[in-house]
Amino acid sequence: MNTYLTDILQSGALMITTITGIVLLLVEANRRGRPATSFALAIVGLLAAGMTALIQMPAHGTGFSGMVQTGGFASFFAALFAVAGAMTIALSRSYLARIGWFRGEYAILTVFAVVGMMLIAASNDLIILFLGVELMSVCLYVLAGLARVRDRSNEAALKYFLLGAFATGFLLYGIALIYGAVGSTNFEAISAAFPAISAHIMFLAGAGLVVVGLSFKVSAVPFHMWAPDVYEGAPTTVSALMSTAAKAAAFSGFLVLFVRTFHFVGAGLNTVLAVIAAASMILGNVVAIAQTNIKRMLAYSSIAHAGYMLAGVAAANAIGLMGVAFYLVAYAFMNIGAFAVVSMVEDDHEQHLTLDDYAGLSKQRPLVAALMAVFMFALAGVPPFAGFFGKYYVFLAAVEGKMTWLAIVGVLTSLISAYYYLRIVVLMYFRDGAADVAAKPSVLTMVTVVLAALLVLQLGITPSVVVQAAQRFF
Amino acid sequence: MVTLTSYLILSAAMFIIGATGVLVRRNAIIVFMSIELMLNSVNLTLVAFSAFLGDSTGQALVFFVMTVAAAEAAVGLAIVIALFRRKQTVNLDEINILKW
Repeated sequence: MNTYLTDILQSGALMITTITGIVLLLVEANRRGRPATSFALAIVGLLAAGMTALIQMPAHGTGFSGMVQTGGFASFFAALFAVAGAMTIALSRSYLARIGWFRGEYAILTVFAVVGMMLIAASNDLIILFLGVELMSVCLYVLAGLARVRDRSNEAALKYFLLGAFATGFLLYGIALIYGAVGSTNFEAISAAFPAISAHIMFLAGAGLVVVGLSFKVSAVPFHMWAPDVYEGAPTTVSALMSTAAKAAAFSGFLVLFVRTFHFVGAGLNTVLAVIAAASMILGNVVAIAQTNIKRMLAYSSIAHAGYMLAGVAAANAIGLMGVAFYLVAYAFMNIGAFAVVSMVEDDHEQHLTLDDYAGLSKQRPLVAALMAVFMFALAGVPPFAGFFGKYYVFLAAVEGKMTWLAIVGVLTSLISAYYYLRIVVLMYFRDGAADVAAKPSVLTMVTVVLAALLVLQLGITPSVVVQAAQRFF
Repeated sequence: MVTLTSYLILSAAMFIIGATGVLVRRNAIIVFMSIELMLNSVNLTLVAFSAFLGDSTGQALVFFVMTVAAAEAAVGLAIVIALFRRKQTVNLDEINILKW
């Protein structure tokens, strides 16, 4: 009995988040129609989980009969998911109230999605990995379709659901084949089977199918088709969660499986990942230029960023691991910030979402425009901001991993990306227009966005904080 | 003599039929049924491996897959119903405000 107590205490962040979710369900059942309580509780619970994760980061171990890992990698990502989840809930409060969907279930679903993400990062067994992916995805399907009287939201939910469930089939078939080849679903047992297993045809087929399943979740080319539609149709704050925390969760699955369990080996798989990465960078950045809807533009930018991060995974070395972890943290804050500004400018009827609606924003709302400029510069990878170091580390990893061509593709496509990010800045500052935020942003929203901007700046100035944590992962 | 290979070939065939169904059918419900077929082909694979390896993990995983499939079915059908109420159709070709 005592060992279970130790297990529960060791995975503190996971437990606190789960308990928060259950408490929220009870609160919602008894106090219907007062979502403010649920939102506040969810934010407090997630921040508590994030703090716990940071405190427990130095302690490594496994729990629950080797099913989950604790500390290190799992805690690092748990903290990221908790903070990202809390930020999106804080941003959603006034946005959802404005569009008429301020409901308690939003907070509950977000919290359970975060539990799923934490399970992915903590997984030490294919079963847990699968359950984490599904818990996260099922919550996100509902969140995408939350505004169920809106045609776009409905359509986004249906597309996300059908393609997501399709990808789950591939992920699961891959898991089954790996299980068949190794005879165990435990990551340590799979690791121990290397390198004997690395040429086993059933294992390679399984690993390939898992690549397909996870690539879908990170929206990498050619499994990206859902992303623009879903990010455009879903409520803007849900898109923020999906493009940051959910993507980070799928990447933590990539890292834990391909880098940790498969021991940096399997050169064939690395080439596959490198090709997917290059395709994502090229397609994401080129198609983003042609977009007129800002949410679609951010979706294609998100595909491109998945490509940069996959380059770090494909490099399969220590710098790559650290680089991807850093990139995910940086990207989470800059993209949540960017979507937050979009949610402020957007009006209550899905209008004011084109790029032209940003013309002249700096005259009307200097602070909002300045914040958007910070996020756009950061996404473009301009030096003082966090995005620069993220790209620097993953491209460095690619060069060290003897994939110089991938780094060159990355740098060239980053140059292309500067065009569409800076176009927003030019529109805001150098074009005349009547752009304005739809309603006066609430204090909570502004505080969250300013916090995101400060974190983006802080991470760009002192990346070593995250880097040092990432060096003690496994 | 039924060998492991027979089961694997059967489940691979089921998986491919399911995947093809997802790609070619345009009715959301039938697409969803095809996805369920894919998941069940995985269950067959897992049970076959489990039996031939003499290891019970695979069967445990099958229970999780069935539970998850049920949860997904609940959410998926709810989404389809919400959409049907708005548009009176479940044909994927007519669900196209967003560029697919």
